[in-house]
Amino acid sequence: MSTTEKDIASAVDAGGQHDHHEIPWIRKYVFATDHKMIAKQFMFVSLFFLVVGGALAGMMRFQLGFPGQPMPGAGILPDAMMAPTPNGAIMLPEFYNSLVTMHGTIMIFFAIMPLLVGLFGNLLIPLQIGAEDMAFPRLNMASFWLAVPAGMLMLASFAVEGGAAGAGWTSYAPLSTSGEWTGVYLGQQLWLVSLTILGFSSLIGAVNYITTVINLRAPGMTWFRIPLATWSLFVTAVLILLAIPILAGALIMLLFDQTIGTGFFRPEVGGEPLLWQHLFWFFGHPEVYILILPAMGITSEVLSNRARKPIFGYHSMVLALISIGFLGWIVWGHHMFQSGMNPLLGTSFMISTMAIAVPSAIKTFNWLGTLWKADIHFDVPMLHALSFVSMFIIGGLSGIFMASTPVDIYIHDTYFIVAHLHYVLFGGSLFAIFAGITYWFPKMFGRMMNEPLGKVHFVLTFIFYNLVFFPMHNLGLQGMMRRIYDFTQYDFLQPLQPMNQFITLFAFALITTQLLFVFNFFWSIFKGEKAGNNPWKSNTLEWTVPSPPPHGNFAEMPTVFRGPYEYSSPESDDDFLPQTTPPREGPGPSSGVPEPTPTPEGAEA
Amino acid sequence: MTWSDWSWVLPEAFSTFSDDVDMIYYVILWVTGIIFVITEGVLIYFLVRYRHKEGRKATYDHGSSKLEIVWTTATLVVCLALGIVSKGVWDTMKIDVPEGAMEIIVTAQQFEWHVTYPGPDGALGTADDFEVLNQIHAAVDEPVWIHLRATDVLHSLFLPEMRVKQDAVPGKDIPVWFEATATGEYTIGCAELCGIGHTTMNGTLTIHTAADFQAWATAQAQRPRPRP
Repeated sequence: MSTTEKDIASAVDAGGQHDHHEIPWIRKYVFATDHKMIAKQFMFVSLFFLVVGGALAGMMRFQLGFPGQPMPGAGILPDAMMAPTPNGAIMLPEFYNSLVTMHGTIMIFFAIMPLLVGLFGNLLIPLQIGAEDMAFPRLNMASFWLAVPAGMLMLASFAVEGGAAGAGWTSYAPLSTSGEWTGVYLGQQLWLVSLTILGFSSLIGAVNYITTVINLRAPGMTWFRIPLATWSLFVTAVLILLAIPILAGALIMLLFDQTIGTGFFRPEVGGEPLLWQHLFWFFGHPEVYILILPAMGITSEVLSNRARKPIFGYHSMVLALISIGFLGWIVWGHHMFQSGMNPLLGTSFMISTMAIAVPSAIKTFNWLGTLWKADIHFDVPMLHALSFVSMFIIGGLSGIFMASTPVDIYIHDTYFIVAHLHYVLFGGSLFAIFAGITYWFPKMFGRMMNEPLGKVHFVLTFIFYNLVFFPMHNLGLQGMMRRIYDFTQYDFLQPLQPMNQFITLFAFALITTQLLFVFNFFWSIFKGEKAGNNPWKSNTLEWTVPSPPPHGNFAEMPTVFRGPYEYSSPESDDDFLPQTTPPREGPGPSSGVPEPTPTPEGAEA
Repeated sequence: MTWSDWSWVLPEAFSTFSDDVDMIYYVILWVTGIIFVITEGVLIYFLVRYRHKEGRKATYDHGSSKLEIVWTTATLVVCLALGIVSKGVWDTMKIDVPEGAMEIIVTAQQFEWHVTYPGPDGALGTADDFEVLNQIHAAVDEPVWIHLRATDVLHSLFLPEMRVKQDAVPGKDIPVWFEATATGEYTIGCAELCGIGHTTMNGTLTIHTAADFQAWATAQAQRPRPRP
């Protein structure tokens, strides 16, 4: 981690023009306004929540692999979670419901989303567009410091009477409207309050990202020269800005239903349970894209760089991001085919859902096109990015099954859905997060992560991940429902016991493997090989500044002359051509991305 | 665990529309399976063929609009075709309840299925209605029209062997129908998380021959039961 002295030194080295003064420790590391520090804060907190979410999944898998058997070491948990017996502690169904709910909630809202948006949004947007910081640094600080109490409230809900929320991460009404139905009173309310606070955090973050991208681009950084990671984060920020208020409204209505007796979603007083589902999924489906678009952006960066080749179809990649951003708003009903919504609507939502497969397919084909006649370097970030592509293919194709309304009737609410969503969120988002962290680690900490250890971590994660989640498709096709505490209660599911045990054992292996990443991460912060400014020979602006970049990022305002993916260009003797390198004198091929003649004044497209 | 646990073949089903559902499933399985093999195959081929070697330089190329148009159109055509095929079966299953079906009421309540039969007069809502718990009985080759209701929270009526699934929503009366094609005992399950006892909310669907069903219904209607 850099020190202030180092910052000043590097700024001075680069002919720094910024006024640097000693920043008090608390303003530098705790209530920081520097976007890079806030990115790191989001990273540490969300990685912690990733571990928590993984531990919850582990407990759930134990119950499914060994239903009704005592869980080793679970005696330390309170009796409200695990029933003590002479042979050991056995999990209670109400605790299982809390695990189901909190695993989903924590992974989606406190791990994947803040890693993609909080970490990479903060780290990359100012650096990739040539800005010295976010447009509103203090708002940025507030965004992080709202997320922290939200996370604490969510964790605290495990300790209150009745336990943590147990109505699923989707908290369907009327189950979620009263503790009468779940046995969870305060826990469910803390869940609502926590997510409402977190929503505000995301909202002000989004305002900041959008303003920054629109207003603070360096001269020459036209819209179609913005790197795809930043493009994806920009589209994501727009989705957050529009989707979160809907969630916040729904959360507050549900909180009122629980606490002051309103009846928005309570049928016994004339409310409509399906209204909750419509509101939740009108937010929730854009949320699905919030969780995958930045992952697509990260993958595009890493793939093009490590293939040493321009991204295939940059413009269609941008258009695909934008069209996913639009179509994402008209597909929410595909979560509700079996909900009792008018079945005529089912057909409309099926057609719009089939349509959204198109931009996703475009992106996949373009990634394959990028690898065609490339020069592929299998570094750790590239391995993770490639597995994003191959796993996203599986997650995307399995989505077609549930998009087809009649097939969905059978597989809805089964393990087929669990498999599908994990192929998108783990195989997709999380592999992209690994790709992103290992790729930008040298920029964040000035050191490389250990490569052999990273490869071992990747190979084991990839194998165990597939052994855990692929067979879940088969469980679902045999009819095994999701969110079920003891599937052996059903005679027809009893033959699935060995498969469930198989999955559980490899889930433990998958979780254990992550210790390699944790070790590598911390070891490399202190002992990793020193990285230069540009260890990956990348073109984008963040690699033109020191690693880690000083406060204020750029010693002088960079000027951008071309698109971000000019790898192996004949214009350069090396196999890369940074965006800031002035064009050669005289005639010659210019940037392949068709743009008006580059001028330093061309900041506005 | 055996190899058959990894099967992508759907378990056997016994309703009039189950073959159509399964057919669409297998069409999608083939289409996605072929796309899967091609895309992952191309990916692996590129990774081997274009791996870094001393002296290799990537081709400087920004893509091809022609290719973009081809694969965009192809994806759109395949997806829309699957959508159109799906629509007909969906309408049959969820909208077009056949005339003359036997009407029953299934009321879901934590954590039981209350099944109400019309009784000898053949009409629901009369004094001779009778109720059974966690079991649905019907005759083979006769359509059944379930009025699906709930009293407390959401539940989901799941009849895997009939390929039926429908959420029960308090305050709504949702039509669900099926016509079994073989006698036997099948599963009733709850597919929507409904509280602590969700896992126990199961039952049995019994499909009789027409004569056996008549006998069962007559016996049930005459069974003495406590007044509500």
